[in-house]
This record gives sequence, structure tokens and C-alpha cells, in this order.
Amino acid sequence: MVPLNHYLILSAILFAIGTAGVFVRRNLITILLSVEIMLNAVNLTFVAFGRALGSADGQIIVFFVMTVAAAEAAVGLAIVIALFRHRESLNPESFVSLKW
Amino acid sequence: MASETVAFYLFGAIAIAASLLVIAQRNPIYSVLLLIASFGALSGLYVLLDAPFVAVTQIIVYAGAIMVLFLFVVMLLNAPHEDTEYDERVHPLMRPGPMRFGAALALLLVAELWWALGRGGDSGGFPAGAVASVGAIGRSLFTDYGFAFEVTSILILVAMVGAVVLARREERR
Repeated sequence: MVPLNHYLILSAILFAIGTAGVFVRRNLITILLSVEIMLNAVNLTFVAFGRALGSADGQIIVFFVMTVAAAEAAVGLAIVIALFRHRESLNPESFVSLKW
Repeated sequence: MASETVAFYLFGAIAIAASLLVIAQRNPIYSVLLLIASFGALSGLYVLLDAPFVAVTQIIVYAGAIMVLFLFVVMLLNAPHEDTEYDERVHPLMRPGPMRFGAALALLLVAELWWALGRGGDSGGFPAGAVASVGAIGRSLFTDYGFAFEVTSILILVAMVGAVVLARREERR
């Protein structure tokens, strides 16, 4: 059986990929996708720990995380559409009106 | 037992490779499709962890609903490429500033976690049995977590109204 540590390391790698994506990419949609990668990495940690502790709580938290991810995706994409209407661009550097 | 180890490394490799390609692609459509592949591999890992409910929810809700929403918006906006000339010339992952900062941060995170997990010694395998069935999850969800469940439904409602309000076209007067 694969030990718990391996699941945690896999999850850490996925989370790091998501973090790098948020900082490296210059496209609002790809940044939102990177956030989804990070949420999924955390979900994997929850399920692995829940399995290691023999309780159902880990899976229930994953259920809530998925709901929050769905809400986040819906609102985030609505904001992206509204921003795209204003500037015809998805580059976050074109939305700097509030920056001084 | 051996086949389980093989499956873990296979699904893990697919998940990491697909996630890396998600942030290395210029075209958001490919990014979304690769992320669906990554979610499929994660779903396989959930099956290995004896969590079939989460595995099925991952496919139906994440790969099925959320990613279709992303794909829909990508195609609606019809702006597949990062649109400055600099973006055309230099690949996003090869730029000096983000390259150094993002990669350094990610590597630091992996190194720290690797170190922390390595020091803890071998965590050992998982206890045999003690698998949370779908029935147990449902019972716990509607009793212990009943309040959180109801609050979640309000969250979804607020997100729905918010999305409609935000994306609505302003009326011209």
C-alpha cells in the first residue's frame, strides 16, 4: 500500500504548480484554472488524511470545498466577462485603474 | 498491492504532467481540456483512497460542470491568446521576472513540504477497513454538518445571483 506521505507530496507538488501558475501567467482565465489546481491539491490532502484517520469527515470537507469552488468559478467568470467587455483584454495588466 | 502502487504512480504522473501543461499552454482551451485530464487522474487517486463518492463527484461536478463553464466562457470571449506582442514573442514561462519569482516560490514550497514530511519519519500505510461508505457520508452530512450544508445552499444562491448581476449588460439610457 502506498504510504500517506506519498499522497501528501503529490498534493504539495500540485499545489506548487497552481501557485506558480497564478504568479507566472498573464491571462485571467488561466489564473482561475491555477486556483482550481490548488483547490484540488488541498482536496487530495483532505481525502488522504480522512482515509488515514478512518473517518468520513475528510470527504465531507471535500464536498464543501467543491461547492465553494463552483461558486468561485461562477462569480469569477462573471467578473472576467464584465472586465472583458470594458477593455477587450484578458491581461491583468490592462486593469490597473485602481493602482497608483 | 503492487498494482495499487503502479496505479498511484501512474495517476500521480498524469496529474502532475497535465497540471504542468495547464500552466505552460498559451491557448486557454487546451489549458481547460488538460485540467479535465488532471481531474480525471485525481479521481482515480480518490478511488485508490477508498473514496468512491468523492471520485464520482469529482468527475460529475468538477470535470462535468465547472470545467464546461470555463470552456463556455473561453469560447464566448473568443480571445484564445495572450494578446500583447511581447506575449507572442516570449513564452509566458520563459519571462525573466515571473520565471524567477514563480518558479522559486513553487520550488521552495515543494522543498519545504518534502523536508517537513521526510522528518516526520515513515507515516506508514493506511489502516485496513474503516472505509467511509456513501451512507455514512450522507448521514454525517445531514446531521453533524446540517448547518454548514444549509449555509452552502445560501452561498450557491448568492453566487448565482451575483454572477447574473455581474455579467448583465448595462442598459443604455
